[in-house]
Amino acid sequence: MERNMTQIALFAALIAALGLIPSLTLAFGVPITAQSMGIMLAGAILGARRGALAVLLFLALVALGLPLLAGGRGGLGAFVGPTSGFLVGWPVAAFVTGLIVERLRTGPLAVSVTLASIIGGIAVMYGFGIVGMSIVLDKTLVECTLLMAAFIPGDIIKAVLTGLITQALARSRPASILSRQ
Amino acid sequence: MISLTSPVETWAHRLPAGAKLLALSLLTVALFLTDRPEVLAAALLAVLALYLSAGATFLRQGAAHLRMLWPFLLLIALWHGLTGQAQAGLAIALRLLAALALANFVTMTTRLTDMIAVLTRLLAPLRRIGLPTRAVELAIAMVLRFTPMLVDNGRRLAMSWRARSPRRPGWRIVMPMAALALDDADHVAEALRARGGIMTETHDRKD
Repeated sequence: MERNMTQIALFAALIAALGLIPSLTLAFGVPITAQSMGIMLAGAILGARRGALAVLLFLALVALGLPLLAGGRGGLGAFVGPTSGFLVGWPVAAFVTGLIVERLRTGPLAVSVTLASIIGGIAVMYGFGIVGMSIVLDKTLVECTLLMAAFIPGDIIKAVLTGLITQALARSRPASILSRQ
Repeated sequence: MISLTSPVETWAHRLPAGAKLLALSLLTVALFLTDRPEVLAAALLAVLALYLSAGATFLRQGAAHLRMLWPFLLLIALWHGLTGQAQAGLAIALRLLAALALANFVTMTTRLTDMIAVLTRLLAPLRRIGLPTRAVELAIAMVLRFTPMLVDNGRRLAMSWRARSPRRPGWRIVMPMAALALDDADHVAEALRARGGIMTETHDRKD
């Protein structure tokens, strides 16, 4: 009980910290916000239930008025803006990512985590994000999908990195991958 | 940890947080129910009046929070300019500005402690059906306490990376950051258990 709670809280803090660190640059010089990688990691490492709760806790703090979203944004405004659908999708994204990592136990961990992150952290998250954007901006789903398409390659890189990070963690300390316990 | 509450003390700071949040939800729904630009323009003017009533400094802070919207406003202007539906575009832009500015106004005029108090009150019914609401309150406090610590961990990991490698520290520091966070989770869980756990106080409290 205590351990579940502290793991959820620390991962919510990790998602926040990943958004606050500005200098996370990829090997080939593309700056990315690591925050959505934190969502994928929460699901992949903590598993579906705890991962989704960690993301929910993080969003609760954003709604309470803390500037924890990447770029120092936050507050209630984040939940009515054009990108609010993505925030709604985050807990579901972490849940689906975690669920797939829990169930898909064949093959190397890096591969199944990457696959889970692409389905949960990209397909599910963009699903919510695009529906939200189409409501706020009053555009069709196809138009919003085209708008967001430019960001998908960056998120695929994050999904691969999530796979590599989770595998590295599993190698150095297998007990840390709670989704596989 | 610095919250987005404005340090400029306004009349709206003194209103009860629950009432502000209820009004915000109702007004936001109302904004999405209408498509008429003149109604939405009036709504935006009313929100502007709210900001003006709080003073020039407050207005400047509020305007800074709306900066993230301009790429979207530009997009709407281009799109509707090209398709010739200027009126629909105007309605969308006005609604977006009014809804976001209103939500930011509530955030800027409500202290973190007041927000947490509202959340606690909203969670109270869940206590009846046996959900550990005290764990939620404790978890919020823990995130506030540990976020700066994890950022600091990240900085130290990046520094030691630079000491060893001529290349920039990249995603590789995320793995040790996650490992350190899980270690902290274990330590805090042990400390909590040693002090009687998180459930005990709920049973002792008579509320």
